[in-house]
Amino acid sequence: MSQATVKEVLFNPIFNNNPIGLQILGICSALAVTSNLKTALVMSIALTLVTAFSSMFISMIRSQIPSSIRMIVQMVIIASLVIVVDQVLKAYAFALSKQLSVFVGLIITNCIVMGRAEAFAMQNPPVLSFFDGIGNGLGYSAMLIALGIVRELFGAGKLMGYTILPVINDGGWYLPNGLLLLPPSAFFLIGLFIWALRSWKREQVESPSYRMAPQVSSKEAY
Amino acid sequence: MSSQKESTVRTLTVALLVCLVCSVFVAGAAVALRPTQLENRQLDKQRSILAIAGLGQAGMSGQEIRDLFEARIDPRLVDLETGTFSDEYDPIAYDPLLAAKDPDLSKPVPPSEDIASIKRRERYSTVYLVQDEQGELQTVVIPVRGYGLWSTLYGFIAIKGDLNTVEGLGFYQHGETPGLGGEVDNPRWRSQWEGKQLFDENGELEIEVVKGGVDPQSAEAVHQVDGLAGATLTSNGVNNLLHYWLGEDGFGPFIANLRAGEA
Repeated sequence: MSQATVKEVLFNPIFNNNPIGLQILGICSALAVTSNLKTALVMSIALTLVTAFSSMFISMIRSQIPSSIRMIVQMVIIASLVIVVDQVLKAYAFALSKQLSVFVGLIITNCIVMGRAEAFAMQNPPVLSFFDGIGNGLGYSAMLIALGIVRELFGAGKLMGYTILPVINDGGWYLPNGLLLLPPSAFFLIGLFIWALRSWKREQVESPSYRMAPQVSSKEAY
Repeated sequence: MSSQKESTVRTLTVALLVCLVCSVFVAGAAVALRPTQLENRQLDKQRSILAIAGLGQAGMSGQEIRDLFEARIDPRLVDLETGTFSDEYDPIAYDPLLAAKDPDLSKPVPPSEDIASIKRRERYSTVYLVQDEQGELQTVVIPVRGYGLWSTLYGFIAIKGDLNTVEGLGFYQHGETPGLGGEVDNPRWRSQWEGKQLFDENGELEIEVVKGGVDPQSAEAVHQVDGLAGATLTSNGVNNLLHYWLGEDGFGPFIANLRAGEA
């Protein structure tokens, strides 16, 4: 772990150790903000910045933090950064911050941020922690952007608000799939993405936590 | 090292310092960004008022919106109890939504009458008047709000100078399902409202959002708007909030007075 390089911490989380795909963290916001690509992008940027800077700051003071209050200290730093991001969005991207509403605030509770702080930043130097934060943010972003593209394109026939498939409501031919605009659809999509990812990178398949006993003869089964 | 790091005094010192640094950081950001945020909120509201009154076009810069608003829109305070204009407060600084939360400036709406589920209604509200070149009243923009499926919808309805024909309806803030109830923002759906008649010959409020589609042959069609497909509760919410705010407890008396020239 101590031998990790910048390149590794930056690119590993995208496919090899994706925070959503492999670690199954940050699902809640991935369901909530991906109904269109724009909010997914802004959320990705916000989370990447928060993870990177919180990891860096925590790493900077890691040798000073008493272990009895280390989680609270991490939370305070994360929460402060999230509030600042929220305030900046309200000031400079008002329309988007209205759409994201509570979800920016909920970055505080996003397991990815806390997870990286606890698992990486507490043991590694600031620069490396910063890049680890960026890397995990990118992993999260990759998943969010993929979800955003599928959901907005097939749910509303648009991308970034521009019409790609003209929908029937607007006089076009495409009948949009309303389910894709609702949060549960992201569950199915994340499941499919994880399936695809694990079919491609076999080593990510978890070993089963129990094994079925070999089938006894069919006669005894009755 | 480790025993010293874990001592109570040290734990308290670290906690205190972290809190101090973070609070200065957060407070600094909040104070520094506050003016920009207030400006944004103001601008957002002005933009939606202009859009609903059918003035200006999409993609105007902040300055253009402010100038156009200044030039064409006349905000006036209305006393909802008497239905007349009032000079009690400065209509630009006064915020009806804040007033609705203040027990001194609002009254509770009894549940039986609270069809829009707003719970409290302010005594004074702001309307926005648009005059044409001759100084004749061209449009009145009235704030409306009410509960849909998930959220309170905040918006405006613009009524033409005859105080009966709808110029436009739009919501600047809501949390309805995108693609279903969120289609209240769809320009195609919103365009249906233009030209609809709010009241019948006897002055009864007849405007209605109907489930399914409006039959264009029907005599009622001029009062009816198609409901949103897949969003019955949001459609009902829009219907209810219009009935509340254009009704007796809302702006009904004001509209009647304005028509009679007595507001």
